[in-house]
Amino acid sequence: MIEAIGLCKQYGELTAVDDLSFTVQPGEVLGFLGPNGAGKSTTMRMIAGFLTPTKGTATVCGHDILADPIAAKSVIGYLPEGAPNYPEMTCGAFLEFIADVRGLSGGHRQARLDDVIERLHLAPVLPQAIDTLSKGFKRRVGLAQAILHDPQVLILDEPTDGLDPNQKFEVRELIRKMASDKIIVISTHILEEVHAVCTRAIIIASGKLLADDTPQALEARSRYHNAVSIRVGEGTAADAVRDVLRAQPQVSRIEGEGDQITAFPKPGELLLPTITGLANSHGWHLDELHLEIGRLDEVFRDITTSRDAA
Amino acid sequence: MNQTLVILKRELRSYFATPVAYVFIVIFLVLTGALTFQVGNLYERGQADMVPFFTFHPWLYLFLVPALSMRLWAEERKTGTIELLMTLPVTLWQAVVGKFLAAWFFTGIALALTFPLWITVNYLGDPDNGVILASYIGSFLMAGGFLAIGACLSAVTRNQVIAFIITVTVCFLFLLAGYDVVLSAVQGWLPQPMVDAIASLSFLTHFSSIIKGVIDLRDLVYFGLVIGIFLVANAVVLDMKKAS
Repeated sequence: MIEAIGLCKQYGELTAVDDLSFTVQPGEVLGFLGPNGAGKSTTMRMIAGFLTPTKGTATVCGHDILADPIAAKSVIGYLPEGAPNYPEMTCGAFLEFIADVRGLSGGHRQARLDDVIERLHLAPVLPQAIDTLSKGFKRRVGLAQAILHDPQVLILDEPTDGLDPNQKFEVRELIRKMASDKIIVISTHILEEVHAVCTRAIIIASGKLLADDTPQALEARSRYHNAVSIRVGEGTAADAVRDVLRAQPQVSRIEGEGDQITAFPKPGELLLPTITGLANSHGWHLDELHLEIGRLDEVFRDITTSRDAA
Repeated sequence: MNQTLVILKRELRSYFATPVAYVFIVIFLVLTGALTFQVGNLYERGQADMVPFFTFHPWLYLFLVPALSMRLWAEERKTGTIELLMTLPVTLWQAVVGKFLAAWFFTGIALALTFPLWITVNYLGDPDNGVILASYIGSFLMAGGFLAIGACLSAVTRNQVIAFIITVTVCFLFLLAGYDVVLSAVQGWLPQPMVDAIASLSFLTHFSSIIKGVIDLRDLVYFGLVIGIFLVANAVVLDMKKAS
């Protein structure tokens, strides 16, 4: 378990992280969301033991990061932002160094090295110097380094930043596979990623915790939650459809231009059955019909900007 | 494996993974050779000793050691690998000592590779090998002193060039602390005991007594203290600066 207790980080006048408390249980994949400069990296760096909190502390699997930093660091696998690795070392030598520093030895050491090399497909680049590798490979070397000692806790700072879509997919698969028995914290500003891998999301801005919920619950906060979007096909007058929809008691408002229409429900109402029924009875020809589950980017914007305005 | 040793091993591997190691060793050997024979007139003196060889070591180290030490922490900070290093289960002290020892061991290799000269002198005459051994130890300790200063100053900045220049300057002051260049600057306004204290800090005074064959425990302790103090300072600076 990770338990952050009132973490604060102050740089002179600037408060980077302001009294942040949360816990993460085994099996959870926690997504850290926030605009740039929100304090995501600072928080992760404090838990990983790189920065000392100005106030507060955290425990990782029962080890206090201030009282027993080495024990805490031993159970954590950490991927710093940008995945810095020693550029002049070969990939193989680098992983061996990490294995040594993590205290792996004998057959277990070899088995772990083989495992991460296979998982991250690093075999072809082992003899290559890290600075000659592509960005995707560098990131994978960083991930390999983080999971080499099979840590209980994984802290990954923007693990998919700068990767191409295939590589992003692979990294997410990797995280998902490891998720069942580990504690994983990832930071990202890619919202689809939260949906793809996280079981819980924390939104922070200006160092303060603004929301802590499952991605689904966050999406439900969106005004798009349970809205229905349709695109009327040829032979059906979009304006007529709008008028009919507007007259429905469950509909709060209608948006969209041209043949695109989005109907928003009143709180607690479900629109989909009503609209499919209406389409049948009026003989509307619809090219598209789908239920909106909510837009995370909109919720994110709402949460992180409304505070600035206040 | 001991964490300090693991870091030492990684550092050494890095030296030899880049041309840095080979360039350093070759330049060191060429310069020591040239200075010993051309400027020091080893043959013409007609004495079987290695004084002309060791006399130039402080001056060689003045430029070569900062070139080696400038990257120690500045590079880690620049590339961000310091964040990786400091989140591994390694204490600050283990990292500082491990990196220092690697650099020191490396200068030891360069120094050891001058052994043909020792053989030559023994072939040509009958030198006092005890003095030569002591001089080697003295030279190695002095290199350690320069390195510790360099390592500490390398942690002050992310820029290796700045680290180099500051280190050369500070090492120069330490080298000549017992001479008028430095003393005249402080003589006017510092009380005499302080001036004497500064004078006793001179690398050159301590080193030249060692190569003359006067092995005084105080000279050895002096270099040991310089190394120790600057490594502690290195750890302190690093802890303050690591995140910036």
